[in-house]
Amino acid sequence: MTSTIVLMLAVFAASAVEMVEALTIVVASGTTRGWRSAFEGTAVAVVALAAIVGAVGVPLIHLVPIAVLRVVIGGLLLILGLAWLRKAILRSSGHKAMHDEDAIYAKTVAELAPGEAGATTSRRQRDAVGFVVAFKGVFLEGMEVVLIVLSLGSSSHHLGLAAAAAGAAVVIVAGVGIVVARQLSEVPENSMKMGVGIMLTSFGVFWAGEGAGVHWPGSDLSILALIAFFVAVTSLAIPLMRRTLPGAERREPGSVPSRLDEAASS
Amino acid sequence: MSAAIGKYVSAFGRFWWDFLVGDTPEVFVGVLVVVGAALALRHERAAAVVLVPLLAVAVLAMSTYRGRKRA
Repeated sequence: MTSTIVLMLAVFAASAVEMVEALTIVVASGTTRGWRSAFEGTAVAVVALAAIVGAVGVPLIHLVPIAVLRVVIGGLLLILGLAWLRKAILRSSGHKAMHDEDAIYAKTVAELAPGEAGATTSRRQRDAVGFVVAFKGVFLEGMEVVLIVLSLGSSSHHLGLAAAAAGAAVVIVAGVGIVVARQLSEVPENSMKMGVGIMLTSFGVFWAGEGAGVHWPGSDLSILALIAFFVAVTSLAIPLMRRTLPGAERREPGSVPSRLDEAASS
Repeated sequence: MSAAIGKYVSAFGRFWWDFLVGDTPEVFVGVLVVVGAALALRHERAAAVVLVPLLAVAVLAMSTYRGRKRA
């Protein structure tokens, strides 16, 4: 029960983060090349991703021995979770620029803005570029969601629940996206990514161990202990990494360099 | 026809290479070590429960330190 709730939370949060990134591209495509093609590209990508979950997930559960599945999936989750956590720690400690949806939006709009030839295209007509950009944005961002749904869903035999959590995230992010339109930079994406990284890493350690034959104390409850452990590790890692910033010894303890500081020093 | 299949196979391989290795090969190698340790220690319950999460932390620490901004 505990692991099922944590699993659904992990899938929901991971899907929400990825969908915010996809939504930026869809909104940029819609405003520059027309909404019809952007919506069609999005719809085709979502159908393709759902088909992949059905085509790969169901055979995975029925054909691959559960222990093998858990070791492989634990490894995949660890790779994904550690990569997200590493990036979130580097961003929070000032070693890496924060993910900026506004900048990505502006860049995509500039790339998609119709030139002389495209200026005659009506917003209601089909536009191949708008379709392809929206499709690729949703499909590529969605592939990571598919991997998370397949990994967490198949290893715990809750593929349907995992897919439902991802679907709920898509619907909610799309709904919020319609309301806030371009204010996607307000979403606390780095904190969400850190939370998801912690959950994926914890699940990865748990499933890799469980699949290998390690018996965790308290069974599923140990997932909560692993999450608490990785929260503590992350909380320690951020201030430690801040100390390794170039010129950190000249700053006030605990302060993070702002972008203005970085611009001034460059 | 075979050129198109080759293109798709190459794109599929590139996707998995980027996903598994990408610009953090140390994470990929580290995860192999974590999984290997879990398999090796499966009969030593106490050691496995302590060492497997600690190895994951070591991989995270190494990779994060490697990704820091240098002076």
